[in-house]
Amino acid sequence: MKKLSLTTAITAVAFATAGLPALADKAEDKLNVAFTKELENVDSYFNSSREGVVLQRAVWDGLIYRDPVTNEYKGNLATSWEWIDDTTLEFKLREGVTFHNGEAFNADDVVFTVNFVADEANGVKTQRNVNWMKSAEKIDDYTVRIHLKDKFPAAIEFLSGPVSMYPNEYYAEAGASGMGLKPVGTGPYKVVSVVPGQHFVLEKNENYHDSPKGQPTIKTIDIRTVPDVNTQIAELFSGTLDLIWQVPADQSEKLKSMDQFTVANESTMRVGYITMDAAGRSSMDPNPFQDLRVRRAINHAIDRQAIVDSLLKGSSKVINTPCFPSQFGCVQDVTSYEYDPEKAKALLAEAGYPDGFTTEFYAYRNRDYAEALASYLNAVGIKTDFKMLQYSALRELNMKGEVPLAFLTWGSYSINDASAMVSQFFKHGSLDDTRDDEVLEYLNIADSATDPDVRIENYGKALKRITDQAFWAPLFSYNTNYVFKTSVNYSPTPDEVLRFTTMTWN
Amino acid sequence: MLQFILKRLGLAILVAFTVSFISFSLLFLSGDPAAALAGETASGEDIEALRKLYGFDRPMLVQYGDWLFSALQGDFGESYYFKLPVASLIAERLSVTMLLGVCGISFALLTAVPLGVAAAIRPNSLIDRVALFLSVAGQAMPSFWFGLILIVVFAIQLGWLPPSGASTWRHFVMPTIVLGYYAMPAIMRLTRAGMLEVLNSDYIRTARAKGAPEMRVMFKHALRNAIIPVVSLAAVQMGFMLGGSIVVESIFALHGAGFLAWESIGRNDLPTVQALILIFSMFYIVFTFLADVLNAWLDPRMRSS
Repeated sequence: MKKLSLTTAITAVAFATAGLPALADKAEDKLNVAFTKELENVDSYFNSSREGVVLQRAVWDGLIYRDPVTNEYKGNLATSWEWIDDTTLEFKLREGVTFHNGEAFNADDVVFTVNFVADEANGVKTQRNVNWMKSAEKIDDYTVRIHLKDKFPAAIEFLSGPVSMYPNEYYAEAGASGMGLKPVGTGPYKVVSVVPGQHFVLEKNENYHDSPKGQPTIKTIDIRTVPDVNTQIAELFSGTLDLIWQVPADQSEKLKSMDQFTVANESTMRVGYITMDAAGRSSMDPNPFQDLRVRRAINHAIDRQAIVDSLLKGSSKVINTPCFPSQFGCVQDVTSYEYDPEKAKALLAEAGYPDGFTTEFYAYRNRDYAEALASYLNAVGIKTDFKMLQYSALRELNMKGEVPLAFLTWGSYSINDASAMVSQFFKHGSLDDTRDDEVLEYLNIADSATDPDVRIENYGKALKRITDQAFWAPLFSYNTNYVFKTSVNYSPTPDEVLRFTTMTWN
Repeated sequence: MLQFILKRLGLAILVAFTVSFISFSLLFLSGDPAAALAGETASGEDIEALRKLYGFDRPMLVQYGDWLFSALQGDFGESYYFKLPVASLIAERLSVTMLLGVCGISFALLTAVPLGVAAAIRPNSLIDRVALFLSVAGQAMPSFWFGLILIVVFAIQLGWLPPSGASTWRHFVMPTIVLGYYAMPAIMRLTRAGMLEVLNSDYIRTARAKGAPEMRVMFKHALRNAIIPVVSLAAVQMGFMLGGSIVVESIFALHGAGFLAWESIGRNDLPTVQALILIFSMFYIVFTFLADVLNAWLDPRMRSS
């Protein structure tokens, strides 16, 4: 909280000095952007951060593209595709596309990329993005087939998201570290310089093919990592930055009232939730979370709307499902729990805890949200021993089954398919706190069915079972604030990906 | 003198080994590197695969031996996070930190020593009061606050200096002041106390009595003796600046070695953390060693002890 009030003070001082002439980068046709986090490697198969996704979409292309507004799939490096059978996809490739280094794009590049990333030994960081592919096969120069390991209906979504095409000759030679330093793709922007983790300069690809991403207009995108959000705001005021994002709600509100900035708020796919040890893996004895009435009590105890209104703000919404509503299969017709602390207390009493109980309560981000949640739980008699950990440490505990109650979040890697969230956590993997056989059965059908109606039906059944059993307490969706100079024109998309291609000067 | 130097050198090397072993053990206990490595979106199965791939399933002593053997040949391995050789990653970051450290300590010494001497010459005068005020303020003000204030004044209001970054000398002005100001109070108080003590000693009275000019008494006779503890302190401060300028590097987006160390710990990037700990401890060791030698040169009595 101390940091928050300091931040407010800084913003206030900066206000008093506002109205200085901003440096015109529009004249130079250069957009200065800040990243908060040090990006590990520009090679998108070897990073797992949001910043990496942003660069991936600018520098590379996938075979398919999903329109972020209409969610319609369009051909990008492929012009058409069809399912040959349940585990084989055939693509007709776009002709006349070249990589930034001049290498021509053809079937060999697709075959190489798919075979490289699908091989577990090559160590692609997020295996889930690629491990559903078995191999690729060249039919002719502009026809390829991708063979799947098993039925995987979300293939189209993954091919329009994290799977982008690399130049075979260059990548065979450069590898992940070479690609990280001198990235080469087919995308709307080419990379002209990289200082690892610190500074990335992109330049418009003048020869960009006729892609559904659109043609880039701004010539240069200069991205610097500025870890401190206060410094980012100072840079915005002094004119050395044009666009910042992931700006906390309180600062955005103040910046909004100023003429020289535009503040845009968009939802993200990230969902916050409380997970409970319904499977009884933790050492708590007796374990109250194995009792349905306790889990429902927790769902009733929290005023989610109040947390959204006073803490998350913006376009955040109360969420009732263990997935983000726009995701395919994320059926919204489920059991939901209104805020009713009296009912929560009654349920606890019925379950044999008239005076509540004490439990450990873990969180890894948004301490203020976690504290609000803890105080709602305390109000119905559940005393919390609150522990804030680093994400990796908390996940390690969670995998060992030592977390009775935790506030967690999941961003689904911006994949617009319910399998990216619900199947990640309810299929008896090491992070599954529930281990419900019925849910597993539905998800197995939904994940491998090729008929969309069958998928929707079974995700629906799984979600109904999960919410009815109150295995989780789904809470809210996150949002991101984008702050940029009024000379910049940009409409953010709900998947939290900065799209430089759609940015223009006013 | 040579024997003294050799003895100190041997001790320094032992310290370096001990530090590297202890830090390796602590890191080993601190958490699963594979989990941090895999990132937020990985599943338990991904993590298991990574654990095998990087050999985290081997006993700690084997892993340490492996690391030490390569490190002694100058190979610190590849950063798990950046997928780049640790040596080149650190070399690049270290230049920023070194420049900042040298500027910071120079700023601290050039302001603190004259102020300390001036304060000692006229105790309880206005200048002593001003010096006292500056040192209390410097000690009390957190550097992230001071840094932000400087940014607001000099970068936003006056527009004289760039708010952050490291591309020109102008980018280093504010970080130098913030970092140097943090080290200044201790150096100044120590200079003042040392000077006061020395100025009251017999040999200064003798020097004055035999008619030596005041400037010569101050700088040749008094300061040379008063400065000895300051040298040791400055060496420690310098080591601290090189490894601990995390806050300053973060606020001014300098991407130095301190910030890298801090971030790498959170990412469980063991090869980077290990190499940085070794380098930082080497800095402390080298600076303490240099301070010992310098003090021995300033004060011959120290050579025998």
